[in-house]
Amino acid sequence: MTKKINLTLKVWRQKGPNNKGVMETYSAKQISTDMSFLEMLDIVNEDLTLSGQEPIAFDHDCREGICGMCGAMVNGRAHGPEKGTTLCQLHMRHFNDGDTIMIEPWRAMAFKVVKDLVVDRSAFDKIIAAGGYVSVNTGAAPDANNIPVPADDAELAMDAAQCIGCGACVASCPNASAMLFTSAKISHLALLPQGKVEADKRVLAMLRCMDEQGFGNCSNERECEAECPKEINITNIARMNRGFLKAALGSRYK
Amino acid sequence: MQLDSKAPGGPIETKWDRHRQDLKLVNPANKRKFNIIVVGSGLAGGSAAASLAELGYNVQCFCIQDSPRRAHSIAAQGGINAAKNYPNDGDSVFRLFYDTVKGGDFRARESNVYRLAMCSNSIIDQCAAQGVPFAREYGGGLANRSFGGAQVSRTFYARGQTGQQLLLGAYSALMRQVAAKKVTMMPRREMLDLVVVNGKARGIIVRNLITGELERHAAHAVVLCTGGYGNTYYLSTNAMACNVTAAWRCHKRGALFANPCFTQIHPTCIPVHGTYQSKLTLMSESLRNDGRVWVPKKPGDNRKPDQIPESERDYYLERKYPSFGNLVPRDVASRNAKAMCDEGKGVGLTKLAVYLDFADAIKRDGEDVIRKKYGNLFAMYEKITADDPYKTPMMIYPAIHYTMGGLWVDYNLMSNLEGLFVLGEANFSDHGANRLGASALMQGLADGYFVIPYTMGGYLGGTPLDDVDENNPAFADAENDCKERVNTLLNIKGKRTVDDIHRELGLCMWDHCGMARNDAGLKEALDIIPKLRDEFWQNVTVPGDSGDFNQSLEKAGRVADFLEFAELLAKDALDRRESCGGHFNEAFQTEENEAQRDDENCCYAAAWEFTGVGKEPVLHKEPLTFENVHLTQRSYK
Repeated sequence: MTKKINLTLKVWRQKGPNNKGVMETYSAKQISTDMSFLEMLDIVNEDLTLSGQEPIAFDHDCREGICGMCGAMVNGRAHGPEKGTTLCQLHMRHFNDGDTIMIEPWRAMAFKVVKDLVVDRSAFDKIIAAGGYVSVNTGAAPDANNIPVPADDAELAMDAAQCIGCGACVASCPNASAMLFTSAKISHLALLPQGKVEADKRVLAMLRCMDEQGFGNCSNERECEAECPKEINITNIARMNRGFLKAALGSRYK
Repeated sequence: MQLDSKAPGGPIETKWDRHRQDLKLVNPANKRKFNIIVVGSGLAGGSAAASLAELGYNVQCFCIQDSPRRAHSIAAQGGINAAKNYPNDGDSVFRLFYDTVKGGDFRARESNVYRLAMCSNSIIDQCAAQGVPFAREYGGGLANRSFGGAQVSRTFYARGQTGQQLLLGAYSALMRQVAAKKVTMMPRREMLDLVVVNGKARGIIVRNLITGELERHAAHAVVLCTGGYGNTYYLSTNAMACNVTAAWRCHKRGALFANPCFTQIHPTCIPVHGTYQSKLTLMSESLRNDGRVWVPKKPGDNRKPDQIPESERDYYLERKYPSFGNLVPRDVASRNAKAMCDEGKGVGLTKLAVYLDFADAIKRDGEDVIRKKYGNLFAMYEKITADDPYKTPMMIYPAIHYTMGGLWVDYNLMSNLEGLFVLGEANFSDHGANRLGASALMQGLADGYFVIPYTMGGYLGGTPLDDVDENNPAFADAENDCKERVNTLLNIKGKRTVDDIHRELGLCMWDHCGMARNDAGLKEALDIIPKLRDEFWQNVTVPGDSGDFNQSLEKAGRVADFLEFAELLAKDALDRRESCGGHFNEAFQTEENEAQRDDENCCYAAAWEFTGVGKEPVLHKEPLTFENVHLTQRSYK
């Protein structure tokens, strides 16, 4: 049933990457439990705007849980308390009247704060540019059915390919590691015949880039898997590590 | 102004081949001397930027998000059409062409649609080669499903996330070119103006959304891939940042805007539930493969769906359209849902919803099969509504989803402004008055992968271009215009928020220019919009400053443009004296309440020329001729 609830928000405010941030307190009144978390923030921002203050900056776009633009730590958890849910798909029915909610940006060395809850995730694009593709030019493809793919492999590849690149895995990891993100792309391509040709080169290049961007390493805390809104499995990390060993020891690539 | 589509003559099957043969080529060594700007990084922009870079051109690609991977193409769910005929059920390039022209209610240009159908098969090949994880049969071949407006299974898909997977494919191709240094990616940049020098598009002005700086970028050609204008209606299935600004600025610089009143209302969206609502969520049309649409037979029936016996349910689409049933095209399904609600048979709290019921499909195929096909959609529905669609029927209602209108382009996808190419949803070319499901992805990728690589060469190879750089006075003028506008917005310091005014515009458009339109309502909209625009420029408040990351300022600029564009949309709707596809004027309908076209007088694309804000635009008509399909009253019975 729809209810109205009142909340206290503690929100990280930071003017820019070189400014100091502080937690500010705001109240969110008469919030319908049917609202999404971002719609709740919209209402707070409308009030701030009308009272002459700058609204809270936060990234968001599709509001359907697929673009990967939104995300914040809500009470210390990436995208909030619901499993397999992005912040835009988190609804206020999961909160109670009188709750205090802490809202902070992703925190990682590789993700600098741009403003308030907005961070710079361009390091993810760099990892993909390092090798997260099949080198096929437009027009050079054979008939699609000439490359049969076992249905179960396609399903597994799809499980990994669902990654939305939001950065929750990095924000949740005590080492700020991007292993889940990187392994999701490597697995997606390694599981398909189209991706096998460049598999060795890819895994070495992408992992090197990941390190260069300042992400930490994996120490099997599994926080990433627990908080991933697309529920990407850490077996992808294991698959990537196997691929890395094979490539590092047994291939001509360095 | 004479509109020349530049479509070649002769038999339709060979038009594209002959045209490509006639286009000038740029030799490989010379391609690197040309700079091309691509605005937008969705399916059209991403694929265009990657493909042009592969050919050797220097490409700069701009997007408003933090990464090109987030463009709204990513939210497309159901699938992508192609005439592969893998299921052996009678499909062909001609049939896909025919279905698309008919689905568009005979208001698209034949030659463009035929080329689209031809390219469809290459798209699937290209995407499969990139590693897009399409759904597969157990033999390893690609799987297909059916979609609205077609009687063959020609839709390729990757669960309910086809748009995501295709976009990530194009994004990976794009990032490969970024690594090869052939594409410079410019994220978090919003195009604020087009720079025209000696009648040719030679660059753009963008705002760096992080620093607030205005930047000038010059090039030999500009490719606009900036999507549709559904957010004119405030509530739509578009992402929050989708806007008309880039297209509208090109229009103000001389590019014609065609068929703005052709808007698509998608029949299966989660109904509106409160005034605070920021957007609407689509439930893929693919659900209509297995879901049955119904309402109670008795108006005002407040019983729960499971308490309404079969005999008291009206499966109205199956009843009225026995051969297409629940798979009628979107415009037909939407109007019927509205008709049911208008008769008082709507369901749910607001009575503005109909049921989409999976009980029979689950009984027939088992829950596991349904979960595999639609699991992510069902989960999304449950997250938003807290109802479990495996147990109780979904409630759905139509919402603004796609816009068929857009900047006018010729067969080369070039606008009337030389050097300005427009691809994907941003152009008007392929879907006529209604787009069929799974055709948007097809068009975006056809334009980007397989059309622009040829027509761009034809333009650059065959057109003498002066040396123009960022110091040209046209850049300074355009930049000054942008600066002035930003400062004006920040200094109004009124009492209403941008969203508040946008919401009011949206309501006006939905009420008067939505699923069913009439002259009185359209005239009222034309009365309201200029007043609301004045209200905006006198009473909006935009906090923060210009030299900073300022989301309020971004929104304000976009809404200011919606407030100008909305007037053209309503004007176009009033001017078109017929109903067709998504444009339904109540004065023009058949006895069976279907859209009544007037082929004698209205078989044209309406291309509008800008003459000033609040001034009468000038209408140019491109006559549409149909040599390969027969103009008929659409029937899905």
